[in-house]
Amino acid sequence: MTAGKPIITMTDVTKVYTVGGEEVRALDGASLVIREGEFVSILGPSGSGKSTLMNIIGCLDVADSGEYILDGQSIEQYSEEELARIRNKKIGFVFQNFNLLSRMSALSNVELPLIYQRVHLGERRERAARALERVGLKDRSNHKPTELSGGQQQRVAIARALATDPAILLADEPTGNLDSKTGEDILALFRELHDAGDTIVLITHNEEIARQAQRRIHIMDGRVSEVES
Amino acid sequence: MIIQSIKMAWEAITSNKLRSFLTMLGIIIGVIALVVLVSLVNGATGAVTSEITALGNDMVTVNIRDDKGSPIRLEDLDEISALDAVHQTAPSGSVNFVAKHGYSDATVSLYGTTPAYYDIQGLDLKYGRFLKTADIDNASYVAVLSYSTADELFGKSDVVGESLTIGGRSFLIVGVLEEDDSLFAAMLGGYSVYAPFTVESRMADEPYVTSIAVSPAGDTDNTEAQVSDFMLARLHQDEDAFHIVNMSSISDAMSTVTGTLSLLLGGIAAISLLVGGIGIMNIMLVSVTERTKEIGIRKAIGAGKKSIMMQFLIEALMVSLMGCLLGLVFSWMILALVSAIAKTISFSMSLGVVVLAVGFASAIGLIFGLYPANKAANKHPIDALRYEG
Ligand SMILES: Nc1ncnc2c1ncn2[C@@H]1O[C@H](COP(=O)(O)OP(=O)(O)OP(=O)(O)O)[C@@H](O)[C@H]1O
Ligand SMILES: [Mg+2]
Repeated sequence: MTAGKPIITMTDVTKVYTVGGEEVRALDGASLVIREGEFVSILGPSGSGKSTLMNIIGCLDVADSGEYILDGQSIEQYSEEELARIRNKKIGFVFQNFNLLSRMSALSNVELPLIYQRVHLGERRERAARALERVGLKDRSNHKPTELSGGQQQRVAIARALATDPAILLADEPTGNLDSKTGEDILALFRELHDAGDTIVLITHNEEIARQAQRRIHIMDGRVSEVES
Repeated sequence: MIIQSIKMAWEAITSNKLRSFLTMLGIIIGVIALVVLVSLVNGATGAVTSEITALGNDMVTVNIRDDKGSPIRLEDLDEISALDAVHQTAPSGSVNFVAKHGYSDATVSLYGTTPAYYDIQGLDLKYGRFLKTADIDNASYVAVLSYSTADELFGKSDVVGESLTIGGRSFLIVGVLEEDDSLFAAMLGGYSVYAPFTVESRMADEPYVTSIAVSPAGDTDNTEAQVSDFMLARLHQDEDAFHIVNMSSISDAMSTVTGTLSLLLGGIAAISLLVGGIGIMNIMLVSVTERTKEIGIRKAIGAGKKSIMMQFLIEALMVSLMGCLLGLVFSWMILALVSAIAKTISFSMSLGVVVLAVGFASAIGLIFGLYPANKAANKHPIDALRYEG
């Protein structure tokens, strides 16, 4: 695969939490580059700073220092409203615990990010349906999350992430709540999406799962290093 | 976006119907209190005011307690009629007697008066005629009966030409008045008979005029002043020798009282609406906490502060307005029921009170929704996502 343009460029990013007067360096001078079309896994043990890194990549939080450029746009001290807009357009989140809205049907859940983009009903329905089709759940559109299996719920979540055609798909332990067989199916889906050209960042503490990615980045005590495969 | 917010609010409200209904209950009761109380007061005021008008809104009555040795005779009334602010004058002596016809009898109020009384009191004839000047001059034993009197004694109303005895004297019936189904007639409930003043005064053994009904020419207050001056001059400037009543000042006082009453009741209702608003705020705060995760998810996938704010604000507004609507429906039913029971008075919901209720409910929804909505909008997405409720 040819190396595309950089989607994520992080330079010397630091995030420090102060708890009870004591400093915790959740990210300590982290630098990394992720290019368009890559499938990257970020691997590290518990407490190493994976979620902190994801929050910054996903614009849920901003770094204390260092530079972060997402899809050519420098993410600085933006207001919450602006960060929300960036998340809406460029990021597709996939969470460990699916995070679907239980009151709504699968289709409505997938439509939700498009609603916040103010896409009109007709187009919204169509794009949501297409996203559900990509994850193989076209026939479950009207089911509520409670009427779906864990694996199916995660597929709906992936469809929701895909619906807006984001710059990157950001998945934090997406198989953590699934049995190994279902987990493999989800990973297969990620590979499929990668083959179709999507940029994917997969966060995990599991070596086995990390190996599925084309490239592995190791994180330890807030410091990032490349793992040669 | 507004349409989407309304849709989301509707989904949230319908997803927990019982709770939403209980939340609305405060507003429902508040609106019912407001609309029903104000409508009842307005309805009653309207009824009473129209009764007073029917009774002779423009009438001034004078009652003489002490004639100071210069009693007023029937002829003297012309002096009062001659005042500029006076249109007509009539004596209205009254005395109670037993009236009989065949085997039926009833205690009646016999009013002794003159033809002018008909116009002053705004009476209406059903059959025959009212008293004539000749009847007064000749002191004829003729009588005009109220509808209920005729009905009580004769069992029918068309009794012109028949006779009855009142206080042992035989009277020829020359006229019968229209049925008076007003509230006052029902309240007073007496049987009235009108006879020439000359006849009544003889029977009551009171040859002078002690009670006068005056209809005004122009402003009633002016009439009252002129009649009062006349009486003072006549009765040695003794204000206690007579009593003057201006019917329009009664209705003025009445409307002041009812105005204050509706303000007071409206105020109480407004307080109950306020309590309803606090109920909304309370439940919205619980709801915001319960839905922290939902807020986190929405924020993660791109909902800004404004969208979240809008969603919860519209939800509060919608709960409030739905409560208002239900309250209006219940109020309408209650008023229809009360009107059906009260029969003589019809209580209706005025547009003004509906607008007031809707306006108040919206304001309450917005004001009490603002704080919870703001709280929801200000949740940090990471903390909200991590929340396990
Ligand atoms: N909000 C916070 N306040 C204080 N400290 C925090 C906060 N969030 C994370 N930390 C600290 O930062 C470090 C990195 O946390 P992070 O959640 O990124 O770890 P992780 O790699 O995602 O771990 P896990 O695999 O268990 O999810 C930890 O030491 C944690 O205690
Ligand atoms: Mg984590």
